[in-house]
Amino acid sequence: MISLEYYLALSAVIFSIGLISILINRNLIVVLISLEVMLAGVNLSLVALSHYMSDIKGQILVLFSIGVAAGSVAVGLSLLIANFNLRKSVDILELSELKEEHVE
Amino acid sequence: MIYFIFAYFCLSMIGISLIAITRKNPVHSVLWLLLLFLHIAVVYLFLNAEFLAMVQIIVYAGAILVMFLFTVFLLGAKNIPKEKRYTNLWEGRLLVGLALTAIFVAIFSKIKLSFKGIHTIEYIEKTGNVKAVGTVLFNEYALSILMLGIILLIPMIAVVVLAWRKT
Repeated sequence: MISLEYYLALSAVIFSIGLISILINRNLIVVLISLEVMLAGVNLSLVALSHYMSDIKGQILVLFSIGVAAGSVAVGLSLLIANFNLRKSVDILELSELKEEHVE
Repeated sequence: MIYFIFAYFCLSMIGISLIAITRKNPVHSVLWLLLLFLHIAVVYLFLNAEFLAMVQIIVYAGAILVMFLFTVFLLGAKNIPKEKRYTNLWEGRLLVGLALTAIFVAIFSKIKLSFKGIHTIEYIEKTGNVKAVGTVLFNEYALSILMLGIILLIPMIAVVVLAWRKT
């Protein structure tokens, strides 16, 4: 029987890989992909805790998490396409219209 | 034997997620992400969550990744610039991320559980995972799943509004 700590450490490592990728990448598509990696890590820790606490509510929470993730990713990808139509770029460093020095 | 299988899944999931976020081509990135989700579904099977493993494959690998692929196709993979993929000063951000990784792993591996629920392994073996999930889902969380439906409806309206072209 594999103990709980290995699952939690695995989910922490996967979450952190996604977090590092969000911090250092400039491509908006890769940022959304690494958001999915982070969500996968969190879901893995929820399922592991649900199994070892022998309570099934963790799996139901993962079900809700998957549903909300589907909606948020749909909105994010449509924003990406709208931004690409406007600016012909997927660079997140060019998304700076709300900064004060760019106001004309 | 189970230890070797679990070690394979640990190492390959970490490796696959590292590969997925460093590819130049976003299509390759999405395909490696598909492989990562399949591995995660198998790890769910380790944890007696058969229903979630199927949901993971159907919803994530079937719906969300296809949405990603269609987005990449709509943008055109040639239009996406391949140079300047990382921010300036990415080394410092990488160090911050590695420090956060160390903190997460140190905290998460110290968790001690003090709660035991009623859904033990014998109970799930007797009733079946899908029936156990469905019983709790439609008794205690019936209102929540209706709200999840509304949460899934509102992004659809939002996407239509965002994609609206005034001609």
